Amino acid sequence: MSTVVNDTKIPNNVDLSSDKKLQRALEQWQPNFLDWWLEMGPEGFQQDQVWLRTAVSVDSDGWANFDYVKMPDYRWGIFLADKVPDRKIHFGDHIGQPVWNEVPGEHRNALRRLIVTQADTEPASVEQQRLLGQTCPSLYDLRNLFQVNVEEGRHLWAMVYLLHSYFGRDGREEAEALLQRRSGDPDKPRILGAFNAPCTNWLSFFMFTYFTDRDGKYQLLALAESGFDPLSRTTRFMLTEEAHHMFVGETGVQRIVERTCQLMKQAGMSEDVRKASAIDLPTIQKYLNLWFSLSLDLFGGEVSSNAAAFFAAGLKGRAFEDKEYTEHTALGQAYAMEQPKDGRITREEIALRNAMNEVLRDQYVQDSQRGVDKWNRVLEREGIDFRFTLPSRRFHRHIGLWADVAATPSGELISKEQFEQRKGEWLPTEADETYVRSLMTKPVYEKGKMANWIAPPPRGIKGQPVEYEYVRRTEA
Amino acid sequence: MIKVMDAIRFETSPERYKHWRLELSGAETTGVARLVMDVKEDQGLGEYVLKQNSYDLGVDIELADAIQRIRFEHPEVRAIVFTSAKDRIFCSGANIYMLGTSSHAFKVNFCKFTNETRLHLEEASAASGIRSIAALNGVAAGGGYELALACDEIYLQEDGNSAVSLPECPLLAVLPGTGGLTRLVDKRKVRRDHADVFCTVAEGIKGKRAKEWRLVDDVIAKSRFDAATSKRAEELAKASPRAQAKGPGLPLAPLEVQRSIGENVGDRIVSQYRYVTLTIDPKKRVAELEVRGPDHEPPKSGDELRKLGNGWWALRAFRELEDALLDLRFNFLEVGLLVVRSRGDGGKVVAHDKALAALAAQDWLANEIALLQRRVLKRVDVTSRSIFTLVDEGSCFAGSVLELALASDRVYMKDDEDHEDAIRLALSPANFGALPMGNGLTRLQSRFLNEPERAEELRGHEAPMTTQEALKAGLVTIAPDAIDWDDEVRVAIEERAAMSPDAMTGMEASLRYGGPETLETKIFGRLSAWQNWIFTRPNATGQKGALTMYGQPERAEFDWRRA
Ligand SMILES: [Fe+2]
Ligand SMILES: [Fe+2]
Repeated sequence: MSTVVNDTKIPNNVDLSSDKKLQRALEQWQPNFLDWWLEMGPEGFQQDQVWLRTAVSVDSDGWANFDYVKMPDYRWGIFLADKVPDRKIHFGDHIGQPVWNEVPGEHRNALRRLIVTQADTEPASVEQQRLLGQTCPSLYDLRNLFQVNVEEGRHLWAMVYLLHSYFGRDGREEAEALLQRRSGDPDKPRILGAFNAPCTNWLSFFMFTYFTDRDGKYQLLALAESGFDPLSRTTRFMLTEEAHHMFVGETGVQRIVERTCQLMKQAGMSEDVRKASAIDLPTIQKYLNLWFSLSLDLFGGEVSSNAAAFFAAGLKGRAFEDKEYTEHTALGQAYAMEQPKDGRITREEIALRNAMNEVLRDQYVQDSQRGVDKWNRVLEREGIDFRFTLPSRRFHRHIGLWADVAATPSGELISKEQFEQRKGEWLPTEADETYVRSLMTKPVYEKGKMANWIAPPPRGIKGQPVEYEYVRRTEA
Repeated sequence: MIKVMDAIRFETSPERYKHWRLELSGAETTGVARLVMDVKEDQGLGEYVLKQNSYDLGVDIELADAIQRIRFEHPEVRAIVFTSAKDRIFCSGANIYMLGTSSHAFKVNFCKFTNETRLHLEEASAASGIRSIAALNGVAAGGGYELALACDEIYLQEDGNSAVSLPECPLLAVLPGTGGLTRLVDKRKVRRDHADVFCTVAEGIKGKRAKEWRLVDDVIAKSRFDAATSKRAEELAKASPRAQAKGPGLPLAPLEVQRSIGENVGDRIVSQYRYVTLTIDPKKRVAELEVRGPDHEPPKSGDELRKLGNGWWALRAFRELEDALLDLRFNFLEVGLLVVRSRGDGGKVVAHDKALAALAAQDWLANEIALLQRRVLKRVDVTSRSIFTLVDEGSCFAGSVLELALASDRVYMKDDEDHEDAIRLALSPANFGALPMGNGLTRLQSRFLNEPERAEELRGHEAPMTTQEALKAGLVTIAPDAIDWDDEVRVAIEERAAMSPDAMTGMEASLRYGGPETLETKIFGRLSAWQNWIFTRPNATGQKGALTMYGQPERAEFDWRRA
């Protein structure tokens, strides 16, 4: 059981007060983080009282304390999952050796790069979502948005803790740079593509939290296997928070689908459901296509020597390395990988280690399907023929083997010209975006009330009713 | 032995480029050309994929051609902006799989050629006023950054992604061998400890620190990058002395070489150019290079020069010589000895040298021809084959052609009293400054390091020398008697061709470069030598070496003993 020290400025279970140097570094970073939060965090809600959960320890009852808090006062803490005694590196070339509690010099740069890349996504999503509050469909959703935001902020803290405590001056500089990059700014963009894409309506937000946060989940799962124990422990605890983000996405989309079905039936199935101010199912599919494909890119190139090196070094494993695999060196094994060749698709054997990005992507695709199935069950229940599908992983890719070819959502290779002609069928057009945003021009702040385009959730949060005042507005 | 058909060829032209775009729009007014790198992944010379703007020899042949053509064909261009058409990547250097799968000899020759190309880029700035800017609009890694280092100025785009790096040591266990290490400290004067850090961080350095450490000249936000780099290029173009160069340029014509192989030439491979013939004898492992002197009058004015154009001996012979040298280097690895002969009128060579020198003083095009001669002769100096020059009846080793003899490891001159007039050597002004070696000295100065005054004494010695005079002047190694000539020469050739190719390469490279060190000699003599050694070491290219293992699932294993 880890001890929690809450009497410092920074709640933590890493005994921060005994490491004065680290404490000072983090305390110096803290005001810059707050400046960033005030500048780039949720706009127009910083003075509101938000009913948020705050992690105060890593025990099952400690990481979910609910209370009203002003977001800038949120206690962003540093929590690592409890140490597993005698933990050994359990994959790659160092199998069986004790895990590292300090950064091995040989892998310092690789580790730093892994951590910075992960860390960069955390503030990025807060930036992407900073205006959404102003068009919230309910107080319930508004609160969920902020819960996701503050936890992404905490994830940033968790990563900065690693940078500060294990990477010296470089680490401190990287931590500063994390506050200086800005999502979507061409001069100082965030590192990964999807985290620079605009996320300016709630349909995108739900798709983002469903698909893009799920990339986060799989990256964290792979890092949780790491032989660098502080990274493993940090990411294990982050995963508990990530689950809620995906819940927000999955139920958000589901509630939109439910509402659309209702309105379709009310309008008579033949009518254009947009006339009833609902988000039509094909448009939902387009946003699904967009965010799923952007998220697939986050896993990196299909064939990757970096991925092989990370695995070999024991820095980044496969998700559920222990549970799902029996062999952990990944040597002498091949991965049959589809590749485009002269306009056709061939299969080539790739050394398994070099295919680790694709292995993780496989796990991700499988996991992504589950929510889609749930949404389809709503359609089935409502007697509507439409079904959502995940597009092929060849569709709309910007990274890896499929980046230079064009494909339909079903995976058929087509010419780039054909793609340009038809992409409006598959991806949100300007008109779609305008339409979706036209539904979301005003926020809904009345307790228990929902915007027209979304159904209420079946229940509230932590035993509270849906009508609960999840956000106490102080600004008009 | 490579079949003539599969051989690597070095002639190309912009309309045939696969990997580069030479953009000249607006150059008439701005003086700026853009060389845009856009490597076609599947169009490498081998079985590898040229990902991420990585390059192989084919890519570099185009680059060398583009620089050469800008010099000759586009007097309006006074600055080149190097940039990439790819998103997020400027250039990721020499293709690792190409290096990993090529023979040692190919790697060495490849590096030599790419080194020459980069030196030519620097020479274009220093001698012709063609400035260059590396506009790094993405990651410049390894050879990508080394290309940037060869430019006059380096600008890095600030976009959160673009960085400069030399990841060879940490990632591949080889060196940034295309001048990288040398130019960091010698040219950009990066502090040695900063350079040490930089060369061991695989991901490289970006932003503020890249500038502080002098790795780049400035870091510019993405939104302003194109405008700022173009503006800077225009400034450089404006201040360039080449602004005086008046058009039109001279489009370099194809060389029209005739290659034959097989029975009718006695199992030899013969490449017949207008003024040069390269004959390969695969069995003897000997190549013979015959250079023929001018067969026309030299031009007396810029107009006459332009009328002659590609036909002028001074240009054509040396372009042919360059092509033959590269052919020899890449396509005939087992040839250990190059025997140089010449045929023609030495007096005419001298006349053409003088005409060239006179025109070069006032005409940019003539100056370019003189510079091309200089570059080609430098290629001779760094060619890793034993070179013997044979001076006999009818040869024309005078002036610029004599430089070939001076570049040789040995000069044999026939001593024949009966034909004294037909066997002569002659000096021309070209031997006294226009054609320096990489060490900055003329070949005469390099020859007489012990008696520097001797090179000076020879200046003005215009009369053709007999064998005895040449021997006395120190221009000849051995002067066999006419009766012994055939035997002496045959034995010398056979003896040399039987020596260890490695020992000869090392010995000759060391002996050819007496005197001072320059950036150039350090690149070829120090950096390349270390690189070539590392290339043969198990830590790089052994079964478990880092270069071999790159991209493989297993990690490299090192032999930890320092050698
Ligand atoms: Fe997160
Ligand atoms: Fe998240």
